[in-house]
Amino acid sequence: MLDSKIPQGPLEQKWTNYKKTAKLVNPANRKKLDVIVVGTGLAGSSIAASLGEMGYHVKSFCFQDSPRRAHSVAAQGGVNAAKNYKNDGDSVYRMFVDTLKGGDFRAREANVYRMAECSLNLIDQAVAQGVPFGREYGGYLNNRSFGGVQVSRTFYARGQTGQQLLLGAYQALMRQVGKNTVQLFSRHEMLDLVIIDGKARGIIVRNLDTGEIERHSAHAVVLATGGYGKIYYLSTLAMGCNGSAIWRAHKKGALMASPSWIQVHPTSLPQSGDYQSKLTLMSESLRNDGRIWVPLKENETRPSNDIPENERDYYLERRYPAFGNLAPRDISSRAAKERIDTGFGIGPLKNAVYLDFSKAIREQGKEKIQEKYGNLFDMYLKITGYDAYKEPMMISPSAHFSMGGLWVDYELMTTIPGLFALGEANFADHGANRLGANSLLQASVDGYFIAPYTIANYLSNEIHTGKISTEDPAFEKAENAVKQQIEDLINIKGTKTVDHYHKTLGKLLYDYCGLARNKEGLKYAIEEIQKLKAEFYKNVRVSGHGNNMNTELEKAGRVADYFEIGELMCYDALTRNESCGAHFREEYQTPDGEALRNDSEFQFISAWAWTGENQEPELIKEPLVFEEIQPTVRSYK
Amino acid sequence: MDLHLKIWRQKDKSTEGKLVNYDLKELNSHMSFLEMLDTLNEKLITEGEEPVEFDHDCREGICGQCGMMINGLAHGPLENTTTCQLHLRSFKDGETIVIEPFRAEAFPIKRDLKVDRSAFDRIISSGGFVSVNTGQAPDATAIAVTHQVAEEAFDSAACIGCGACVATCKNASAALFTSAKISHMALLPQGKEERSERVLKMVRQMDKELFGHCSNTEACEVECPQGISVLNIARMNYEYSRAMFFGKK
Repeated sequence: MLDSKIPQGPLEQKWTNYKKTAKLVNPANRKKLDVIVVGTGLAGSSIAASLGEMGYHVKSFCFQDSPRRAHSVAAQGGVNAAKNYKNDGDSVYRMFVDTLKGGDFRAREANVYRMAECSLNLIDQAVAQGVPFGREYGGYLNNRSFGGVQVSRTFYARGQTGQQLLLGAYQALMRQVGKNTVQLFSRHEMLDLVIIDGKARGIIVRNLDTGEIERHSAHAVVLATGGYGKIYYLSTLAMGCNGSAIWRAHKKGALMASPSWIQVHPTSLPQSGDYQSKLTLMSESLRNDGRIWVPLKENETRPSNDIPENERDYYLERRYPAFGNLAPRDISSRAAKERIDTGFGIGPLKNAVYLDFSKAIREQGKEKIQEKYGNLFDMYLKITGYDAYKEPMMISPSAHFSMGGLWVDYELMTTIPGLFALGEANFADHGANRLGANSLLQASVDGYFIAPYTIANYLSNEIHTGKISTEDPAFEKAENAVKQQIEDLINIKGTKTVDHYHKTLGKLLYDYCGLARNKEGLKYAIEEIQKLKAEFYKNVRVSGHGNNMNTELEKAGRVADYFEIGELMCYDALTRNESCGAHFREEYQTPDGEALRNDSEFQFISAWAWTGENQEPELIKEPLVFEEIQPTVRSYK
Repeated sequence: MDLHLKIWRQKDKSTEGKLVNYDLKELNSHMSFLEMLDTLNEKLITEGEEPVEFDHDCREGICGQCGMMINGLAHGPLENTTTCQLHLRSFKDGETIVIEPFRAEAFPIKRDLKVDRSAFDRIISSGGFVSVNTGQAPDATAIAVTHQVAEEAFDSAACIGCGACVATCKNASAALFTSAKISHMALLPQGKEERSERVLKMVRQMDKELFGHCSNTEACEVECPQGISVLNIARMNYEYSRAMFFGKK
């Protein structure tokens, strides 16, 4: 039975009560305790810096050449906080309701409320670090509106909010590195988790510059490794984003929750050819001023500017008048797919819809639009060669954020004692859909404000443990297994590249476990993934050796894990006979094509246990109890 | 389109490197420069050769990980662009392109086109931050920052730390990178308290890392993907002089 450890008391008091009673570690004892943090994005940098400040001995790992490059850097639009600076009726409670509803009532009330509560402090923390958020002319903080809400609660630093927040966290981290409270290991990738006496006690990493395999021990291990949306190959994620660290932890006993809930972002640039390596995201904030439309006529050939107003279908405004172009991501993505699939798509491959700024430019002037979104328009020009000030942008849906991840309790601890998962690496807070500008928020509050309390609570029982030896047989066993896997991959010496397998898997998942799923398709996908995985182990070609820098080997290890994650995603989607948030099962929809949730049978979190190679995973259910608000049908009409 | 590539291949820091010729045919001009290198690597792997190692990650022009000298220019021929945002439409059919790693003593070569830029991290670590611990920050809007100052600070804070400024500078100076951070922090009220200590420590670290001196050729601004202004360098010099002469006042 899963214990979510939700504190007693009214919703508004739960976090305060937890903090009041959480156990502490005496400053003199903190330096005796080691913590490993994997990942240096917003969640990883902030927890490593926070623990370092408190006096723990922290080791921080990232696979990039500098912690400043973690993928949080790429988030553009903004970060939510219920500050009510616009006096438009915002509050912690309203943000809690919006987020729970946005997630289609598939998240824990207590977690969601805590995120909204902590959002107030995050803006203060970031500004104190020097994050140059957008300001009104009088000097006060400005904010804007984002998809899924009717108030302005999104704070932004032009279109580079993620970059600025990450730089704040990175600088806090580097400050601790300078003070020697945090030891930094860049260009290191975690390849396994080490468990001693049932507790997470360390990791095995590969030094990506030298190929050396290293052992690192600690009293607690924190995974802040981001999401696995890159499993689709074409996605908005950085090329290096992967699910390997959480997956290896899963295979060591940590449960994976809601793996099939992967958000498809409605405003990325469309695919232009087979050579393509990724899809670039255009910030959702563009939907504040841009209007989304497709031609009314099927297979339209006229250029966008030649299509008169009365021959355009502003389908989001038509279908969802209350939210219009700001409808939540899952709704907007699905609506775009529906238009594209029925033959109204635009662009050379007929795989896109228009995002039009002509009205906004007419009303507000080019300068104002330039100030708000200038860098995004520049980026669009560089990538496509088109000027979006003169003609509408072409956008299409693209795999983006994984709501699923390691199952964690209220303390953000996985089912393995001492193993914590933060930010996108855990499943918490977003339910079946993530609202815009909540990912930076969740990652940051996990690292700055939540985990410092909960990890300390755990470590308070570890002060007498003493140094953990890396000579323990568990380390040796894990290291040998990692070395064996590397050797096996190199020795296959087949004919097809790692990318070939990644692309094939990605296409399979997009077609059968993407924006829409059905029972037959998912069963087919499971069989095909198993076949593809078997072929990979016979015919992949990983060039070079294991004992030096070898990018192909890094990719091969990640793709090997993707096969297993992809299979679990399909199992997860298959068992959930309802449509909710990002999960749209075609068999369960209303007559007008909207998602049909089934609360009486599926009001639970699916947590999956690894049962062994080529075995069906085991489903464990965590029932969701709603005390504060009762689930209602989401309607953005 | 067809391209002739001359790519710097170097096994590791201590092995001698050389330019190696590769030909690619029938490329799509919408392809990004890095996708062209992916295509080359697919070919090399299939033919049993080791692929070209190069740094890249977000491929959205924001992480700062990619970067190489393309026909002698950091990030290639376009202004204010990272390598990942450069597309083949910027080149001519049949063109020969020379691709080399960023060159600077402070950026030792790791392999092929990959260089070690950890010197930048050490510069930040020496003082490129506001010394604020987690959890006790004052209300964010209590200290007003005018729109103009916030925007100016952002202009400096937008640096992605790719190292193009160093690679293109004849002295391999890190003045643009370092000064951008110094300006960002010195402009904002939150960063003002530490401005003197910060500039002294960061400049000292910059020298220690063997970056060259700035001699105001302004090449760095030309090649910077974010268009970071050399006025930051002027501000750094001012902050440095101010700190030297007036200390913490």
